Amino acid sequence: MNLTAQPRRIDSPLSLLLVAAALIWLALIIGAPLATVFVEAASKGVSAFAESFKNPDTWAAIRLTLLVAAIAVPLNAAFGLAAAWSIAKFNFRGKSLLLTLIDLPLSMSPVISGLVWVLVFGARGWFGPMLEAGGVKIIFALPGILLGTILVTVPLVARELIPLMAEQGADEELAAVTLGAGGWTTLRRVTIPNVRWALLHGVLLCNARAMGEFGAVSVLSGHIRGLTNTLPLHVEALYNDYDFVGAFAAASLLAGLAIVTLIAKTLLERLGVSEHTRANEA
Amino acid sequence: MPLTVDGIFKQFGRFPALVGVSLEARDGEFLTLLGPSGSGKTTLLRVLAGLDKPDHGRVYLNGTDFLAQSARERRVGLVFQQYALFRHMTVAKNIAFGLDVRPRATRPSRAAIKARVDELLALARIDGLGGRYPAQLSGGQRQRVAVARALAVEPQLLLLDEPFGALDTKVRKELRAELRRIHDAAGVTTILVTHDQEEAMALADRVVLMNKGRIEQIGTPEELEREPASPFVFEFLGETNRAPCEVAGGVARFEGFSAPAMGADRRAGKGMGLFRPSDTFLDASPSAEGLPVRLVSISGRGAVRLIECQALSGHRFTAELPEHLAAAFEAGGRARLTARRAMVDLDHPVPDKAEAATVAPLRERA
Repeated sequence: MNLTAQPRRIDSPLSLLLVAAALIWLALIIGAPLATVFVEAASKGVSAFAESFKNPDTWAAIRLTLLVAAIAVPLNAAFGLAAAWSIAKFNFRGKSLLLTLIDLPLSMSPVISGLVWVLVFGARGWFGPMLEAGGVKIIFALPGILLGTILVTVPLVARELIPLMAEQGADEELAAVTLGAGGWTTLRRVTIPNVRWALLHGVLLCNARAMGEFGAVSVLSGHIRGLTNTLPLHVEALYNDYDFVGAFAAASLLAGLAIVTLIAKTLLERLGVSEHTRANEA
Repeated sequence: MPLTVDGIFKQFGRFPALVGVSLEARDGEFLTLLGPSGSGKTTLLRVLAGLDKPDHGRVYLNGTDFLAQSARERRVGLVFQQYALFRHMTVAKNIAFGLDVRPRATRPSRAAIKARVDELLALARIDGLGGRYPAQLSGGQRQRVAVARALAVEPQLLLLDEPFGALDTKVRKELRAELRRIHDAAGVTTILVTHDQEEAMALADRVVLMNKGRIEQIGTPEELEREPASPFVFEFLGETNRAPCEVAGGVARFEGFSAPAMGADRRAGKGMGLFRPSDTFLDASPSAEGLPVRLVSISGRGAVRLIECQALSGHRFTAELPEHLAAAFEAGGRARLTARRAMVDLDHPVPDKAEAATVAPLRERA
């Protein structure tokens, strides 16, 4: 018998009130604005909605956003796996420093995550003149947008993996090595399968954030339409042009992405849970 | 395959984990490394497995330099304390792992791997569990899978780290016999780490008793029982009665009785005498020789009774008597105590009063 209190049914007026208050608050603060996006996008009819996607700048923004995510997410997944592995399975000097550094982007305004790259690579930055002489463009171009996005999304995969890997310990890896497995085989056949749901979960979150990032990218992109505007920046540009249908249509893409991510995340959690219970029933 | 361990030193920071450990194991021998926690037994096992590098010393298996090889190259079967089964693989996949990960050139065929897995499932008596996941198994079954997985690669050496630690007593005894049977069937040189002296004595061809990073004694269970090399060995291997004594010429003189001294220490002097409850006798007749004691309690079932008694000095003793002899005594009665043989510890100062004396005779002080 488990002594921990299990959630009960709602049975008193007070608990009913609290639950209702929470639901109303969420509806006002999240539900209503989200609905507005779709309503506004469709306000001039479906044809106007479809028309707004004929804008070549919108397509350029979508392509750029997908490209940025396609590069930033795998890089951060690889880094997250490596960082979580070293933090969870080894003791070394500077471990807590590494942990703090991984968390830093979460507690820092994204604008700063963009600005630091300007300070390093911008025209007046440390390497600016050198890069200019070599004809390499980082700021106000794809590399800059990538750097900003990667910096902002660095913690998302690592954070998912560290607690799980720490809990699992390194014994299974040691067992694999004594059984003759090399490092790569151990990673592929033992380590990654053991954390696969958490890894997917982290990748999803990382992807959503990479596609939706505004602050850091806004500093680094230079807002060149059809060239360096990602989807969130494009939404802002359309809005400033008073093209509300266009802006909300593009925004509905981003909102749709958020909803798909959420559904996928929930499904993943269910899958993970059902595997866990299957594995735990004697 | 003979194993030679020669002068191993290993230090963790300022803690000396192994201080010049040397031993040899014969081909197919079953050794147990026994000792209290911190005695270095697990460190020695990790050195043999290749998970720790010693600071000094050499290890040879079959004439090859073991320390020059990585953990991966050594072909050592290692069974972890918590088994470390691959949680996302079935039992069959777990056992097959060591064969599956071989480079293509040396990897057996699928059919050969399957045959080997079936053979090991049968050897470990877990046939029919091949499709289960580790979390669906009992502790004892997991243990069997771990041993089968380690044996799959036909290891040159099988190492087990406290393999029964997480199991309850009944399963533990059953698996102990199973492990010995599997060892005898597989014929692999085996080294098992444990802190449980009963387990070590029951399983091993020879026991390696360790203390503070050194080997106190290596010998068959009988040798350790009969000729303990040191008071530490004597105390570690079983229940011990303690009383001050004076030893000279191979005889330990206690208050009220004497007993032949055990061990190789031939020095004379005052020390702490140690003797087993099973070597302790009680005689009810008041004219008998021995230390006068008062019987405090009698416990135990079956063929053996444990009789707790106390001397006037405050020292407490336990005597283990067969049921028919114990019937002559009852709690609160008096008797004379003698010991059949005793080990004498000359190196540790003997307290003037027994430890028990500080608790028992409060009335006398008041």
